[in-house]
Amino acid sequence: MDLSQNHIHNQFAANLYYQFGSDNPFPSMGTQQQFPPFTSPPFDASPSTNIPHMDWNPATMLDNLTFIEEKIRQVKDVIRTMVDSGGQLSCHQGELAQKQPVVNADLTCLIVQLISTAGSLLPSLKNSSFLSHPAAGHMDMANHVGPSSGLVPNAMTVSEENKEDMCSPEDYEELFKGWTDGAIEEGIEIDNVLVEEQDMKDGDEGIDGENLPPGSYELLQLEKDEILAPHTHFCSICGKGFKRDANLRMHMRGHGDEYKSPAALAKPPRDASAEHELVKRYSCPSVGCKRNKLHKNFQPLKTILCVKNHYKRSHCEKSYTCSRCHTKKFSIMADLKTHEKHCGRDKWLCSCGTSFSRKDKLFAHVALFQGHTPALPPEEPKTCSDQSSHAGSHQESTKVPNSMGSSFMWGASSGDNNALDIKGFDGCNDDFLSTANFGSFNLSFGPADGFTGEPSGGSFSMLPSEHFQSAQKKGQN
Amino acid sequence: MAAAASHQQQHRHPKRRRLALSLSLSLSLSLSFSPSPAPAAAPPLDTLADELLFLVLDRVAQADPRALKSFALASRACHAAESRHRRTLRPLRADLLPAALARYPCATHLDLSLCARVPDAALASALVSGPSSCPSALRAVDLSRSRGFGAAGVAALAPSCPGLADLDLSNGVDLGDAAAAEVARAKGLRRLSLARWKPLTDMGVGCVAVGCAELRELSLKWCLGVSDLGIQLLALKCRKLTRLDLSYTMITKDSFPAITKLPNLQQLTLVGCIGIDDDALGSLDKECSKSLQVLDMSQCQNITDVGVSSMLKSVPNLLELDLSYCCPVTPSMVRSLQKIPKLRTLKLEGCKFMTDGLKAIGTSCVSLRELSLSKCSGVTDTELSFAVSRLKNLLKLDITCCRNITDVSLAALTSSFTSLISLRMESCSRVSSGALQLIGKHCSHLEELDLTDSDLDDEGLKALARCSELLGLKIGICLKISDEGLTHIGRSCPKLRDIDLYRCGGLSDDGIIQIAQGCPMLESINLSYCTEITDRSLISLSKCAKLNTLEIRGCPRVSSIGLSK
Repeated sequence: MDLSQNHIHNQFAANLYYQFGSDNPFPSMGTQQQFPPFTSPPFDASPSTNIPHMDWNPATMLDNLTFIEEKIRQVKDVIRTMVDSGGQLSCHQGELAQKQPVVNADLTCLIVQLISTAGSLLPSLKNSSFLSHPAAGHMDMANHVGPSSGLVPNAMTVSEENKEDMCSPEDYEELFKGWTDGAIEEGIEIDNVLVEEQDMKDGDEGIDGENLPPGSYELLQLEKDEILAPHTHFCSICGKGFKRDANLRMHMRGHGDEYKSPAALAKPPRDASAEHELVKRYSCPSVGCKRNKLHKNFQPLKTILCVKNHYKRSHCEKSYTCSRCHTKKFSIMADLKTHEKHCGRDKWLCSCGTSFSRKDKLFAHVALFQGHTPALPPEEPKTCSDQSSHAGSHQESTKVPNSMGSSFMWGASSGDNNALDIKGFDGCNDDFLSTANFGSFNLSFGPADGFTGEPSGGSFSMLPSEHFQSAQKKGQN
Repeated sequence: MAAAASHQQQHRHPKRRRLALSLSLSLSLSLSFSPSPAPAAAPPLDTLADELLFLVLDRVAQADPRALKSFALASRACHAAESRHRRTLRPLRADLLPAALARYPCATHLDLSLCARVPDAALASALVSGPSSCPSALRAVDLSRSRGFGAAGVAALAPSCPGLADLDLSNGVDLGDAAAAEVARAKGLRRLSLARWKPLTDMGVGCVAVGCAELRELSLKWCLGVSDLGIQLLALKCRKLTRLDLSYTMITKDSFPAITKLPNLQQLTLVGCIGIDDDALGSLDKECSKSLQVLDMSQCQNITDVGVSSMLKSVPNLLELDLSYCCPVTPSMVRSLQKIPKLRTLKLEGCKFMTDGLKAIGTSCVSLRELSLSKCSGVTDTELSFAVSRLKNLLKLDITCCRNITDVSLAALTSSFTSLISLRMESCSRVSSGALQLIGKHCSHLEELDLTDSDLDDEGLKALARCSELLGLKIGICLKISDEGLTHIGRSCPKLRDIDLYRCGGLSDDGIIQIAQGCPMLESINLSYCTEITDRSLISLSKCAKLNTLEIRGCPRVSSIGLSK
């Protein structure tokens, strides 16, 4: 990793030198040979060894690298023609000047591509932001690769020495400013439009009706993997991840007495520099989203938490399903819990079977349709539906559904859909109770369950065990 | 109900009626006084048609309720006839219910008010397993004083009594939506009381509203869980409601207009509805309820005279209005009463009268028959005199605790209202005994008189002796009266039913004996703290057959001998 970064930068530096000192016809063969080795191996090897559990996609990585390769070849061709022409018609300055912007743009695109490729890899190393400048990666790579540093979500400004390294012209300064604003887009592949795009973006920021004027905040964009990373704070010693820095500090106590000092345990003070820094706002990495800075009516997100929640809610699969209604899905556990608090409990039912989330909606419905009645939640009718049976059997009949329910659960566990079956069982509960005929219920129960209904001995208390047995048999078969 | 049934029969058979009359006398005599009749008595009974026999039994029961029992014991036929005749059941214990219902299959009224505890099982077994062949004929069930039953018990009622029309489930403090849902299955209900069903919510009311579309009378008093949603639905579904009691519910202006727009609503009770405010009253359309006759808004604390004024335009046909403990009475509010020209009864108890408020009543409400000003502050002699001089139709007047009025008002009052039927002036302490004599002299039609805690003396009582129609007389804490005065009452007021002699220290046994002898219709007498009373009074009172209430607190000379009589 370290090596590759060095190579990249050296290469760029070299390219830039060629470009501006174009009178020096450097043989490009050497560079050409140099490219293949660093294009694929580091990316193939290091992720698999360092972070086997991370979810980066080798295929896209390969695509990106081939693209970069292609690009470099193009640039090389251009420069070769320049070199060639320079050799033939000793200094056609005008032609050079013409081609120079094209080369610049190409190189810009290349750098962007490289950084974004590397950037998508870095967060998967669970310790750094792709937004941290390559120079930082270049210098502190050991830290980055090792599980030492915490997440640095904000962009770092381009260090001076790096600029010197690159001898960057104004175009590049602009480009890096774009980085610091989090302007890097994987989607941008068109060669020449990057700079224009940047301008347009600035214009967008100017247009959008933010409460903050566009220049007054620093716009950051986290990468997808970074947003989805489960932990943001990592132990520098054992690598364990934490969601909160306080938890990390608590954890650190276990690594030695030096972490137990009040100073080490105290909440780190806010940077003095942070106070006069710009307010930070965040952009969603998903293109086309209103929270993405390319959107016409872009509205930035206020905090990292907002980014996380927004990204999960809007752009991730909803993997949490409500266990009550089995229809509502959520991508955030907290949302699911909030929903489950209300799901089912305040269901307002009509006699026609329609259910409403609000009582006034139910009453409007009942008022509208002739003969529809508000229906009570199922528990209460259950207790009062056995009214038609004898009062003496009241006690038994109320006990029965419970035991039946449990035995049914047992039996149905071999089936594929517990919930539905149970529902069906509840549905026939009333009928069963009104007949107050346990034997008949038993028969109707067996087939509905899918069991080959073993004739029960008529004794009701036997039923659960029998069903259990049959379930076991089924399992053995 | 039994009386109604017999009336119908009488209409159908006008000729038989006379026959029955003559028969009934002889039969009732012979049957009621011969517990073991001769076998010869059976054939004539068999030949009688059931209707005739029932007429006979009606009269027998009227004369002496116990006679029916001996009639039933006479023979098998008599027993069967009596079983078919009986309409009202009032069992003492719930466990007697199945037997009672089996014995009297034709009973239409079941009054369980004597059974404090009616478990679900009793209701269910009585109504379901009893006469299972034919559904019960019960039309009215009163469970208002019973506890111990739940939704399951209520659920037993509806399917087994298809004709159920009158159901009183008041005081079912533990009953809630589930029970209401079961009540809703009695589709034919006309009258229903769910008072004090504390767990009841809109859901239950909604069930009742949809299920019992025939409801005429409904009480939801003290159903604190009921809110606008349920009441709105009720107003929408039960269009035939004539009487509605929503006292102490949480009704607000959201459902108040809907309720008043019920086309047949005649009587609306809104006692203590704190959700009703001026906004709600003002939200009514003009003349939106032409059917409403009785409106009780007493103790609605959040309404003012402005709201009342704005509301009166909506109820042009109102006959009775109760604004007790509501709002100060201002002249402008009273003048708006002119919009309800038919107003007969106005109750303004505990209201604060602003200047000229009472005068305005005199000018605006000429048709008033009944006026209650009890416990009002600001009632003065001049205003009351002016008002009574204008209210020519007044029959009942209540000026209890109007402490500022003196002989002047009483003179004006007695001279204007010679036809007064009821006068209540408890604790009008500034009226002298001389003025009280005027009452007796002028108002000889009085039926009800309350002079508790006044300056009444024997002369006044003597004057009251002219009121021969007197039914109720309250002269408690009148320390000046003695046996002599009471003797006048005893001689000349034979219709007296209710007399209150609380703390009349000057009375002794002689006066009470005079009352007991002169007033055979006496039903209720209060002798508390009449310290001179002895067993002799009680012995004499034992002659009053209809006496049902006797209060003798603080009578140290009464012994168990007197009580045993």
